[in-house]
Amino acid sequence: MRIIDKTPKVSRRNFLAGGGAAAALVISGSAVMCPVEAWGLDVKVLKPETMRTLIKLARDIYPHDRLGDRFYAIAMKGYDETGQKADAEAFVAKLDAKAKAVNGAAYANHPWEATRSELLRELQGDAFFQKVRGGLVTGLYNQPEIWPLFGYEGESAAKGGYINRGFGNIDWL
Amino acid sequence: MVAKFELNNEGVVVIIGSGASGGTLGTDLALAGIDTVILEAGPRVEIEDFVNDEWKSFSQIAWLDQRTTSGNWRVHKDFAGLPAWIVRAVGGTTIHWAGASLRFQDYEFKAKTHYGDVKGANLLDWPITLTEMEPWYDKAEDRMGVTRTNGIEGLPGNNNFKVLKAGADKLGYKECHTGRMAINSAPRHGRGGCQQIGFCFQGCKSGAKWSTLYAEIPKGEDSGHLEVRPNCHVMKIEHDDKGKVTAVVYADKDGKEQRQKARVVCVAGNSIESPRLLLNSASKLFPNGLANSSGMVGKNYMRHMTGSVYAIFEKPVHMYRGTTMAGIIRDEARHDPSRGFVGGYELETLSLGLPFMAAFLNPGGWGREFTSALDNYDKMAGLWIVGEDMPQEQNGVTLHKEVKDKNGLPVPNVHFDDHPNDIAMRTHAYKQGTALYESVGATAIYPTPPYPSTHNLGTNRMSEKPKDGVVNKWGQTHDIKNLFIADGSQFTTGGAENPTLTIVALATRQADTIRNMMSKGEL
Repeated sequence: MRIIDKTPKVSRRNFLAGGGAAAALVISGSAVMCPVEAWGLDVKVLKPETMRTLIKLARDIYPHDRLGDRFYAIAMKGYDETGQKADAEAFVAKLDAKAKAVNGAAYANHPWEATRSELLRELQGDAFFQKVRGGLVTGLYNQPEIWPLFGYEGESAAKGGYINRGFGNIDWL
Repeated sequence: MVAKFELNNEGVVVIIGSGASGGTLGTDLALAGIDTVILEAGPRVEIEDFVNDEWKSFSQIAWLDQRTTSGNWRVHKDFAGLPAWIVRAVGGTTIHWAGASLRFQDYEFKAKTHYGDVKGANLLDWPITLTEMEPWYDKAEDRMGVTRTNGIEGLPGNNNFKVLKAGADKLGYKECHTGRMAINSAPRHGRGGCQQIGFCFQGCKSGAKWSTLYAEIPKGEDSGHLEVRPNCHVMKIEHDDKGKVTAVVYADKDGKEQRQKARVVCVAGNSIESPRLLLNSASKLFPNGLANSSGMVGKNYMRHMTGSVYAIFEKPVHMYRGTTMAGIIRDEARHDPSRGFVGGYELETLSLGLPFMAAFLNPGGWGREFTSALDNYDKMAGLWIVGEDMPQEQNGVTLHKEVKDKNGLPVPNVHFDDHPNDIAMRTHAYKQGTALYESVGATAIYPTPPYPSTHNLGTNRMSEKPKDGVVNKWGQTHDIKNLFIADGSQFTTGGAENPTLTIVALATRQADTIRNMMSKGEL
């Protein structure tokens, strides 16, 4: 059957570009940088550390190892706004306080997802957590750039539908 | 030539809503030479405007006016402001529907007789029989071009169907095929054949799927007897001191109040908006709302027992390719209480795109358990469960006490509690769906909760006796002879089948009734 190439392609955006798997995010001045993916996100209102944590938070809520951090960064950059600042900073402070109580490390610096998930589970009733989770449903999954990475082909009518493109070509049954 | 009628023309039939029932009824009346105005709350969105993009399409055509919910159904928890996934546009939910066109079975018109007294259920027999409905089903199937009827070939099976069929065979199910679908398998009646586009829910870009928007209404308009007014939201039906309805009041595209006089009014606004309108039309003469002497307006809301089963396989399926719902197993659609419930259910293929799968697979879910399902999206197959749910008097549509819409009218609250029979049936269906997919090698199974309702039924139900329901066997209200209900709200019980074919058959029959009554001077 006709299958979809799920390898990430290098895409270019004005502030985000590059390809490859998730990699460490570093803070440089007012920016969150991803050297491996070769992108940087200039943070205007939030502390850059807060944005870095929010990107980690987004990945921990909907962890997809096939998605680079840039997709999570796109989904979260809307929180870098005056109207969101107080809630975002407060939530991250709460999260870091809980994380530091475990072994002194901030949330984003706990290496195991399982540890971070446990911390998140304690905060999942928090309104900001729910806002982030709900927002990611469209903020992450409605980015057409990620669709092919999951083998979803999106728009089809302009391509003539699937009548000649494998609507019924399953070959393993 | 498209007609244009004056607001003070008191000779016109006014239909509220342009979907499966309103669009069909209006077209039939116009073709019979009866001047008809259809008032449609939404805009006119044509085929070329449809988009193969789930969220864009949702904001383009879905009914997003404010509504509230209550009850123990999961939709209340997950989608508190969105009880129903239906359309606000010319053509109504026939833009969104998947095309499954099934007749009710004989026993389903007589649920009370066959199921007996079910505790907590407000069952009633329909005042009509399958035999009486057969000629109307025949006409509906022909006009809609339903596959596997009238010599029309079935649609070819897509990948999702082939997985379903392989599982059905393993389980020993006997009646599994690509469905009776109002989607052209070959060009017919001026519309083309299915191009296997997918996105059936977002409006059919090829026009192969029957919709009143392009398969009916233009024919009515060409007769010179039909005027469709989009962006006109009806707020109130007025009556004279003898209790006959005389006009409808609506907000036009600019939000300006207009009053269209009418000889007959037919309400076809779907099972939430229709009772809401009758309740909002309460007057001194009818303090509990129009046509509500029984107290049944807004009660007995049904939404079908629904749910989905999605399964992951080792190898790719690409379930989203091709016709969304062209696949059915009918073996469970029977009344067999030995399964632990009354009534039956259908299993039908279903797929969602990645964006909607993320929203509906397990609303509120997060973490790796959730994402591992989506990580295997291309290896996923899926089915939808559609079963008969129990009418319960407390399930229904009421006017919200505080929240008002932009026209100052109370918004509808939709209350729904699952009946134990609904839960027993859903549990059985999840078990069968799981066994089906495991029999062909599924490595993970996701029993998925109901989506916001597309099959909204029962809130102005049909009854033999005026004390039991709102309309008689013709859809004419028991209380007001020139007021009709045309939509699925007149369903006495829900059956296991997708309701559109029955809605269209009833609307066609109602058009004939109104024409006869008019020619005899009864209306």
